[in-house]
This record gives sequence, C-alpha cells and structure tokens, in this order.
Amino acid sequence: MSDDHGSVFDGLIDGDLGGDSSQWAFGTGFEDPLAGVDTTVPAGTDPAELAAYCLMLGDDALIMSQRLAEWCSRAPDLEEDIALANIALDLLGQARLLLARAAAADPGAVPVLPEGSPVPAEDALAFFREAGAFRNVRLAEVPNGDFAHAVVRLLLFSVARLALLERLRGSADAVLAAVAGKGVKEVAYHRDWAGRWFLTLAQGTEESRRRLVTALDALWPLLDELVTAHPVEVSVARAGAGVDPASLRGEVDAVLDQVLAVSGVDRPDRPPLAGVAGRTGRHGTHTEAFGLLLAEMQVVARAHPNGRW
Amino acid sequence: MTTTPAEPDMEGLQEAFDATIARNDRIEPRDWMPDAYRRTLVRQIAQHAHSEIIGMQPEGAWIGRAPSLRRKAILLAKVQDEAGHGLYLYSACETLGVSRAELTELLLAGRQKYSSIFNYPTLSYADVGTIGWLVDGAAICNQVPLCRTSYGPYGRAMIRICKEESFHQRQGYELLMTMMRGTDAQREMVQESVDRFWWPSLMMFGPPDAQSTNTERSMAWGVKRNSNDELRQKFVDMTVPQAEALGVTLPDPELRWNEERGHYDFGEPDWDEFAAVIRGDGPCNAQRLAHRRAAHEDGAWVREAATAFAERSAGEAAR
Amino acid sequence: MSADRREWPLYEVFVRGKRGLNHVHVGSLHAPDDAMALRHARDVYTRRNEGVSIWVVRADAITASSPDEKDPLFAPNGDKVYRHPTFYEIPENVPHM
Repeated sequence: MSDDHGSVFDGLIDGDLGGDSSQWAFGTGFEDPLAGVDTTVPAGTDPAELAAYCLMLGDDALIMSQRLAEWCSRAPDLEEDIALANIALDLLGQARLLLARAAAADPGAVPVLPEGSPVPAEDALAFFREAGAFRNVRLAEVPNGDFAHAVVRLLLFSVARLALLERLRGSADAVLAAVAGKGVKEVAYHRDWAGRWFLTLAQGTEESRRRLVTALDALWPLLDELVTAHPVEVSVARAGAGVDPASLRGEVDAVLDQVLAVSGVDRPDRPPLAGVAGRTGRHGTHTEAFGLLLAEMQVVARAHPNGRW
Repeated sequence: MTTTPAEPDMEGLQEAFDATIARNDRIEPRDWMPDAYRRTLVRQIAQHAHSEIIGMQPEGAWIGRAPSLRRKAILLAKVQDEAGHGLYLYSACETLGVSRAELTELLLAGRQKYSSIFNYPTLSYADVGTIGWLVDGAAICNQVPLCRTSYGPYGRAMIRICKEESFHQRQGYELLMTMMRGTDAQREMVQESVDRFWWPSLMMFGPPDAQSTNTERSMAWGVKRNSNDELRQKFVDMTVPQAEALGVTLPDPELRWNEERGHYDFGEPDWDEFAAVIRGDGPCNAQRLAHRRAAHEDGAWVREAATAFAERSAGEAAR
Repeated sequence: MSADRREWPLYEVFVRGKRGLNHVHVGSLHAPDDAMALRHARDVYTRRNEGVSIWVVRADAITASSPDEKDPLFAPNGDKVYRHPTFYEIPENVPHM
C-alpha cells in the first residue's frame, strides 16, 4: 500500500510495523511455548512437586487472565479496555509457560485424553482438569465487580506476584528463572497501573472513593492466601527452585501500606477468608463461582477432545 | 497584506480545495473544506469507528470459551486491536471538530450507524474463524483503497489499521484450515458458520450502486475510491478460490466463473433483510447497543473520578 | 447534545521507534492527565514495546501554523491544531455560510 505522497508516517510503518512484529502482544512464541528451553528438572527437586508448584503459579495467572479478559469491550474507556487486555495477555503468556513447564516436569499431572487426541499438554491442563485439580488462589477467581474491584484485585495480586517473581529469577530451575525474568517487567507494569488507579479512585470523587473502599473491604480477606505457604511451596523453595510465599509477607505489607498511605485509605481490619477444614485454593478447594468460570472456559474444548484448533 | 476576515474569498477557497482534490493530494484538518465534505467524512469515519467498537462484541463473546490457550491469546489480541482501531478512527474524526464523547452519544441514540454485519450472532467457535476470513476480508477490500482517501488523518489511520487487519484475516483463515483438518464435527461447524455469514458478508459492501445515495459524490471527493459493486465483485473473486482451498461450499447456487467477464457471477443478496438490519431490526441490534451503552454508563464514574483527580493534582502543583 | 460533561482532554502522541530516529507523530488519545496519557500511549501505540521513547502533549498546547499564510480566514498568528466547532454548526470565524 505504498503511498504516492511520501509521508513521515511511512517510515515509521516500515520501521516499526513491518517485518518485526515483536512489540505486538500476539507476536511471538505461539506454537511451543518452551521451544529450545532446557526442561531438565534440577537435582534435588521432586518432579511431581515442581509440577504442582508450576500449576499454582500458572493457574493464578490463567484464572486472573480469564477474569481480566471479561472486561474486554466493557471498560470505562477505550484506552483502559486496551490496557486491561494487555495485562490479561501478559498473564496468559505466563500461564502458558508455567503449564507447559508443569507438563514437562511431570507428564503424570496431565489429564489423559482419548487415544490420538492432538490436544497439547498445556491445553489438556487448562481445559480438562476438574476444579479440584486447580491450584490458584481464590483471589483470582472471584467474580468481577465494578472497575474499582478490578483495580483492587490487580493491586493485591500484582504486589504479591512481583515480590515473588523478583526472587524466582534466582530459581535453580532454568525455566522458572526465565519465566520470572520476563514476568518481572510485565508485573511491574501491572502493579504500577493498579497503584496509579488506586490512588486516582481514592482521591477522585466521593463516589469513586466509596466504591474503592468497598472493593478493598471485600477483597482484603483474600490477600492472605497469597502470602501463606502450602507444603509444596515450602518444599520446592527448600530445594532452591521456588519461593516460600510466607517470606514475601513483609514486603507485600510494606508496599500496600505505602499505597494506602499515599491514597489516604485505611488498612482494612478484616480476617483472612476461611478455608474448608483448612483447605483453600492452593489445595484445590475453591469458591462456588469457580465451577461456573471453568464451565465457560472449558466448554468448547471439552466438547471436542479430539479437536484441532 | 491586509487581514480583513469579514470578506473571505469563498470562490478562491473552493477552487483551492477542488485543485487539491484534482491533484490527488490530501486535505488536512486546518484546510478550508466545504461543509458537506466535512459532514460526509464525519459520517463515514464515525460509522467506521463505531463498527470497530461494536465489532468487538460478537468475537469478544468467545474469548472466555476459546478452546486452546494459543487461540485465546490470538482472539484477545485481535479484539483488543479493534478497540485500537476504533480509537484511531475516533481521533481522525476529532480533527474534524467532533469529539469522541459526541460520537458515542450519536451512536447510542441510534443517530449514527455501524456495519450491519455485527448485528448477526456468533453461535460457534468457527464463527471466530469465519469472521476473520470473510468479514475482515471484506473489510480489507473496503479499507485498503481508503489508505489513499483524500482526507489526511483518515488515510493515516487506515494505513495503520490495514497493517493490523491482515493479521486478523490470516488468523481467521488459519483457524478454519486447522478445524477442517480436525474432526467431522469441526468440519460441520465450519460449513455451518460459512453458510450463515456468506450473504451478510456480501451485504457489507452496501447496497447496489444503482441504489447507493452517497457513492457518487464521495468518489468525486476522493473520500471513497471504489463503488460498492466493484468492491463486492473483487471480494467474491478473491474468496472463491480460498473457499475451494479450504474445502467449504459457498451457499450460492448461482456462483460460477464467467469466462467472458473474467469474474465470478453470483446471486443477489437479500436486500430486504439488509434494509431491515440497517433499520435496526436485525437479530442483535438492540443487544449490541445495550452492551455498548452499559459499558459507557458504567464507566462514567471512573472517567469523572480521573478528571477530578487530575484537576486536584494540577491545583496542588500550582500552589 | 448531552455528551460527557467533561471529556478527558485530547493528547497527541509522538514515538521514537528506535535510537537515532526522531520522535514521530503516531496519533492521539484521551487521558485525564499527563501521567495517564503516557501510560495510555504505551498501551495503545506501542503495545508495551520496551525501549521506545514516547512523548505526549496536550493537543490544546500545540500552536500550529496556518495552512496558507495569505489565507484571510485565519489570523496571522498561529492557531491551535484542532478547531472544535460544535458539529453541524458553522464555525464563527467563517461568515456568509
């Protein structure tokens, strides 16, 4: 579509949007997310535990992404629609790597599909596990509310995840270290986006402040799960491949206190959301809404277990 | 040089405008332009922008159900692009003196249109592929010539959009190709989807030239570069071999190669159905507008809060 | 017309695609303030490409030359990039229309 009237814009197009599409969210690494990466399980790490650990981090990202993507075409303005989709795409990318890593570490973790099914392992994990096999925190799965709810959820989530990924860059597992290295940059942006909107809504109008405080109260009890260790996390951390989330508690508190102070919002005085006989999302015990989320997410894939997409 | 704004040389301005168009050169925002040219542009660009934004809905409905993580990422990125395209086009429209908020109000009040195709429902995942292949394919036929449209900001927005649209069409066709290599149920799903979208896709080029009220003047002004029927023929000629490669049947018994014309002959779309959809009586008109209205109204408190925050911050900085 | 009472202001976006190039105008967007405009520009016009440099400036802060210096319709001084007449109404500075 060369233009007979040369414009400065043409050069930009050729330079930036031509052959190299790496800046576009859909640009890279779709076929095999772990192509060319050494997937040997490091010595001293139990493969099944490493797989379970990858599922915890991967499911967090996948389910957050699923909820964020529900905002598509519903955001307060086009600019925020695009921003929320970018965040959802980043987390979806992290989920794919982590699920693929789980499958490579322990093929036994992957649901068995009919003979000859072409469904790749990452999709078998995402679309053919039952709710009880998902290891995500409940914060990721609770249904969407208003925009303040989205901001608060992402703030709590990304503050904890950034603290985790920063440490995970030193993982003994090369794949996890690489995922963390890429993810730190992404989640730093998510945290920044959420923090900025938190402040904006806190100091915007009376209405926005009321909504923000309501969302914070509702979601605060779900924060604790992100900084509470499951035995698998403790074990994988001890082997040098993972991070004990309990060790993040101080940093998460400090960062959130800072955001709250700048915004002039009180820290909610709410106890952690109870589990069922001590079991929470990390154990596979979820909220009522989670079954509905999976029903939607998995419906097409499950109708075609031998399908090619 | 005297500057007496009371007596502008209207004839001179019109001549300069006509000469710019005749040179195939671009009109830019601060150039003088006839009011009817401005109105035509606003109508066309706004309709195009609204189509991108409303067009997010039929495909967006399947993001949550995408059957593989790869497809989920592709679809989300694609629908996100549509938000971007709408944004570029609203910006082009703003250079003509009408704000995005005003255009949104006109859309929600039913006073501006969007493409009729988005008033059809998406009923299976194959529709994601079919929309990419047929609907985006038709859109590309319409849009590539608009990169050379006479209004500069519109043309520049279209260049950017066309670059991204080619990815949209490719991903759609590739999805259908993959599904056709899958199970019998998937092949049936593809054929059923193509059956539903073929005729509405042909309608996307607008009414036949003989009935099109706006085409002639728009072409004279270089706002439009090809007639509806020309583009429709081009689309059919382009699509038939693609359908053969895919292994699907296009649902038109009159479709055959005409050696003499060097084009495919094809049947007449149901123009009564087209008129009904345009009038607001398609299967999804009310649903699409209600969705858009809800998003706009639900977001009002957020937009107001951000404005209030910005004003407060600016006030504090000034002190 | 009951458009949003206070729409976010319009910003112009300039991107340096890579080192050694000028910042080039790539488009516009709306944002409540400068900081948010920068974020939006990154999301909308670079889809988060690391390492590019972005400028944003409020459209109403740009002073533009007239298309034709002899044109009597425009004041000899610079003008704003965009005029915003209410649509379907004739701009006040164009008489006899």
